[in-house]
Amino acid sequence: MAKVLMKGNEAIALAAIKGGCDAFFGYPITPQNEVPEYLAKYMNEHGKVFVQAESEVAAINMVYGAAGAGARVLTSSSSPGIALKQEGITYLAGSQLPCVICSVMRGGPGLGSIQPSQGDYNQATRGGGNGDYHVIVFAPETIQETIDTMKESFDIADYYRNPVMILVDGLIGQMMESVDFDRPVKQRFLPPKDWAANGTKNHPGRRNVINSLYLEPKELEDHNLRLAKKYALVMQNETRYEMINMEDPDYVIVAYGTMSRVARSAIEILEQAKLKVGIIRPISLWPFPKQAFDQIGENCKGILVTEMSLGQMLQDVQISNRGRHPIAFYGRSGGVVPEPEEIVSAVQNFEKWRVE
Amino acid sequence: MDYEVKYQKSKVLTDNPLSYCPGCTHGIIHKLVAESLEELGVIDHTVGIASVGCSVFSYQFFNADMEQAAHGRACAVATGVKRIHPDNVVFTYQGDGDLASIGIAETIHAANRGENITVIFVNNAIYGMTGGQMAPTSLIGQKTTTSPFGRDSHLHGNPIKVSEMLQHLDGVAYLERVSVHNPANVRKAKKAIKKAFEYQIQKKGFTLIEVLSTCPVNWGKTPVDAMKWVEESMIPVFPLKLFKDAGEQHE
Repeated sequence: MAKVLMKGNEAIALAAIKGGCDAFFGYPITPQNEVPEYLAKYMNEHGKVFVQAESEVAAINMVYGAAGAGARVLTSSSSPGIALKQEGITYLAGSQLPCVICSVMRGGPGLGSIQPSQGDYNQATRGGGNGDYHVIVFAPETIQETIDTMKESFDIADYYRNPVMILVDGLIGQMMESVDFDRPVKQRFLPPKDWAANGTKNHPGRRNVINSLYLEPKELEDHNLRLAKKYALVMQNETRYEMINMEDPDYVIVAYGTMSRVARSAIEILEQAKLKVGIIRPISLWPFPKQAFDQIGENCKGILVTEMSLGQMLQDVQISNRGRHPIAFYGRSGGVVPEPEEIVSAVQNFEKWRVE
Repeated sequence: MDYEVKYQKSKVLTDNPLSYCPGCTHGIIHKLVAESLEELGVIDHTVGIASVGCSVFSYQFFNADMEQAAHGRACAVATGVKRIHPDNVVFTYQGDGDLASIGIAETIHAANRGENITVIFVNNAIYGMTGGQMAPTSLIGQKTTTSPFGRDSHLHGNPIKVSEMLQHLDGVAYLERVSVHNPANVRKAKKAIKKAFEYQIQKKGFTLIEVLSTCPVNWGKTPVDAMKWVEESMIPVFPLKLFKDAGEQHE
């Protein structure tokens, strides 16, 4: 397939199909509606499963049922919808079920707006579900990277038996870019899903139960420890980030998703002003690429965190920086996407935006 | 001396000891579900959905693949399983708090979509597992830990009649309310449960059997008095009735 011009949300849908998605369960919400709309047609025509659920809560629990029965399942939503899905997400994580969740962020809190935002960083990386669990979160910055990540995510979810979230904002969902769907993804050895609840005739002599209930404290603790071991493995293998222009920079910008695109423009302008500025671009938000911050040179005068929120990833940067460099924060919210010049000005007036 | 086996526990029940209180009729209902699945010869491709409430551990009791669902979400979980494996037999086992309160939306929409699943809805008019709180199906005047002066329709609304509501949905293929408070009714309940599974196997659509059940501990009654309470107090509010049998109408 040659390069095609495609809208982000539709590309997400097609990439999921290329990634081997068997089933989609979702509920309409702006700005991700093109994802289910594309899949409604395709899945039906190809004998796969598409269900428009009665709510996000029902949709994520259908995901739980289908994932537990061994399928590769996708759901997609946006901020308030992802909030509703948190119940199901903790059950999926607790029962060690794989699935892919696409979150196309809009402004908040509450009903907020339908304009792009990054206000759900904490929702994605900390989650609103109960208990000791993690969702693997990737935040691509282009539609191409979204496609590549989506295609790989079903394998990652299956490999770790854990939900994977693709976190983009409404801008990536709504814009169009020239993309290639045939770029290769990393091959992984995926063991058969011999744990799936699909009828004992598929695994004679053994009964499969999908469950997250352990009433005995020791049993639950053992389960928690098993999960923790898995999360440690995810941290080791799946932490992703990009270092841009990071050879001994004067300043470092930390930005992900749409904001890293703005930051790329900003550092070009800053270069003309004789300021050498690098970018740390976290791609996996959980696990957060702490190690990237160990590579910041001695001559760095400060780290500017920029987000389309009033400072959520900021806390992870503060933790990763461990007090080594001054930190400033510049963010816009409510659906406003900052201009590169605003980022330029924030670097040039670092002390004004300094938080640490 | 050779003995003839006249009765034995269904193979579809495991040997795990039931977690239900003495006198509770969950055990009877489990047996009826298990026997039906065994007689239909479908247990090797059955997936059951356990809910939240007293029957939370039903995944330990049915000798089949099982998924444990979040509170109220059993019909959504069952939808997910059934859409992936349309030839599997998929059933949920839910109480009245789970199905009629927190899970009413999932239930109505699964019924309305005509999901080809079977719902075993155990109505005992109380939250048993959490210690006897008022359920959506609690009767007017019924004293519970959260309606200590008795259920008052002005404060709490009236008992919700799930079967009466669902009968109007086109996706419903078979819907009957039964009881297990005496042997005659146990036999009728068995027939209804088995028929629901038969309809599912024939891909007729959504089937739900509402089974009136007891909760002697939280009702504060002896098991015998609890059976009497079903007959004298519950059945007048929740009449035993065949609400819908689309299969028979169409054939």
